[in-house]
Amino acid sequence: MIRVQNLTKYYGERLAVDNISFEVSKGQIVGLLGPNAAGKTTTMRILTGYLMPTRGDAYIADCNMTTDSLEGRRHIGYMPESIPLYTDMKVRDYLTFFARLRGLDAERTRKRIDDVVEICHLEEYIDVIVGKLSKGFRQRVGIAQSIIHDPEVLILDEPTVGIDPIQVAQTRNLIKELGKEHTVLVSTHILPEVSIICERVIIIHRGKIVAEDNIENLSAILRGSRRIKVEVRGPADKIADALRRVPGVKRVAREGNYYIVESPAEVDPRSKITETVVKNGWNLLSAETIEMSLEEIFLQLTTNHEETEE
Amino acid sequence: MRNVWLIAGKEFRSYLTSPMAYIVTFIFLVLSGVFFVLYLTLGNYNDTSIRGFVDPLAVFGVPAPGNVLLLVFGIVLTMRTMAEEKKLGTWELLLTSPVRDVEIVTGKYLGSMGIMLGMLVLTLYYPLLIIGYGDPDIGPIWTSYLGLLLLGSTVVSVGIFGSSLTSNQIIAAVVSGAILFGLWLFGWIAGNAPSAIQKVLSYLSISSHFAGFEIGVIDTRDIIYFLSMTVLFLYLSVRSIESSRWS
Ligand SMILES: Nc1ncnc2c1ncn2[C@@H]1O[C@H](COP(=O)(O)OP(=O)(O)OP(=O)(O)O)[C@@H](O)[C@H]1O
Ligand SMILES: [Mg+2]
Repeated sequence: MIRVQNLTKYYGERLAVDNISFEVSKGQIVGLLGPNAAGKTTTMRILTGYLMPTRGDAYIADCNMTTDSLEGRRHIGYMPESIPLYTDMKVRDYLTFFARLRGLDAERTRKRIDDVVEICHLEEYIDVIVGKLSKGFRQRVGIAQSIIHDPEVLILDEPTVGIDPIQVAQTRNLIKELGKEHTVLVSTHILPEVSIICERVIIIHRGKIVAEDNIENLSAILRGSRRIKVEVRGPADKIADALRRVPGVKRVAREGNYYIVESPAEVDPRSKITETVVKNGWNLLSAETIEMSLEEIFLQLTTNHEETEE
Repeated sequence: MRNVWLIAGKEFRSYLTSPMAYIVTFIFLVLSGVFFVLYLTLGNYNDTSIRGFVDPLAVFGVPAPGNVLLLVFGIVLTMRTMAEEKKLGTWELLLTSPVRDVEIVTGKYLGSMGIMLGMLVLTLYYPLLIIGYGDPDIGPIWTSYLGLLLLGSTVVSVGIFGSSLTSNQIIAAVVSGAILFGLWLFGWIAGNAPSAIQKVLSYLSISSHFAGFEIGVIDTRDIIYFLSMTVLFLYLSVRSIESSRWS
């Protein structure tokens, strides 16, 4: 459904997307994961026909988005990163305008508005001026706009940025739900998000694809070490020593009352740690796994990548 | 055509929901009225015509026929057509919807012309007053309105072109203003230019093509001038959108 071949995009001198290729087949939900300035938005803008590539080709439903953009655009629903809205329109008028613009007749438009209002939980806001909505509801209107014409391909650029955790969870569920009937490409810079929403993930960094696989395989690639942050009150040296002796622990670093305990990813030493601390009569205040930051993962991936290339 | 009307309708309605169009129309009407009255009173009612409204600067004896108010307010009206959407980001949705660039431009043009037409209709009370209280020559009134409509169309088209270049409404207005005043002033300059250049300048100038309409003369070449200027700048707007996709 989505095919990208040797795609390269320069903005003047600046290289934003560097010779990337990938495919998303019908019905898949694929995540485009990358830090800021990775080239996610640029890739999506080329896929939606908003920008033309410098080199290479992008296909939507077998339409080349350079030569056959108009036809290709009939197949997509797009939510840009900034969630653009006509702020002086009512939600209903806004949705109607885009439904009609994408070829729906008046009657089908009415029906689809009822549908998407239900899907996106906008019932109470349908006659409110868009500019008066909170960020979370604007984002729902943005999604409603992208699915109003029931497109085959959905392209969502960072759809969960800037909304509260409950709505983030709702939005992720919604995207998963939409993924049952649509082909979805969703970009994000949040690692756990892709594992929740997507079947497959494409990791891009500085315009290049550094890894591409389904979620399970990718976590194997990422399987480095696990880090746990433990807060214990008691004699520092003794605690550090004791933690070091816990089976599976590779390294312990101390930061005040906190101890960063590192272990291989496949062992979870938390229960052993608790045991040790309690046995010695110290106070265990907290213990939590530290997520590897996206930057660290990219560091790992890019270095691995270069190693395997050599 | 369906898409064109959709965009035109949306454009027209968005004018009506923003205060800008009302403010512009209001000031336009007030100033037009002032010039209309000034011309009559300064001339001691010798020439009972709507000349003061059609060609405000004639009151000051400026030899460049045309309606400078329509120019200014037309630009202020249309500077937002595309620049605002770029700022809002809705431009990205419009350009990724299955509509041609030329449909977007034509839709914006027709929607804006709707407002332009409305502005001109609201001025009809000047000729009605004149007809009611005096004995004016009806011919120039008709042709003046035709001229204003054609001029308005060119102004809207240039305004849209300016707006297609940038996301900044002020820059859009300055660019279209420069183009229009350039075209308009050519007529003024032409009077003092060497004869070879004079021909070219007055051929390009808004004022030399507007002059006939003011005095009741309809020349097909003048009509063609304004229509081709309209088409030219709409075409340039389409090209400007196209080239923005390749940036
Ligand atoms: N219109 C533009 N003109 C010039 N450079 C641009 C433009 N848009 C993006 N870039 C540059 O291209 C690179 C990729 O940007 P892009 O917006 O695609 O990244 P992204 O992955 O979407 O990042 P983010 O997570 O911050 O949204 C960046 O270095 C950016 O500065
Ligand atoms: Mg982005």
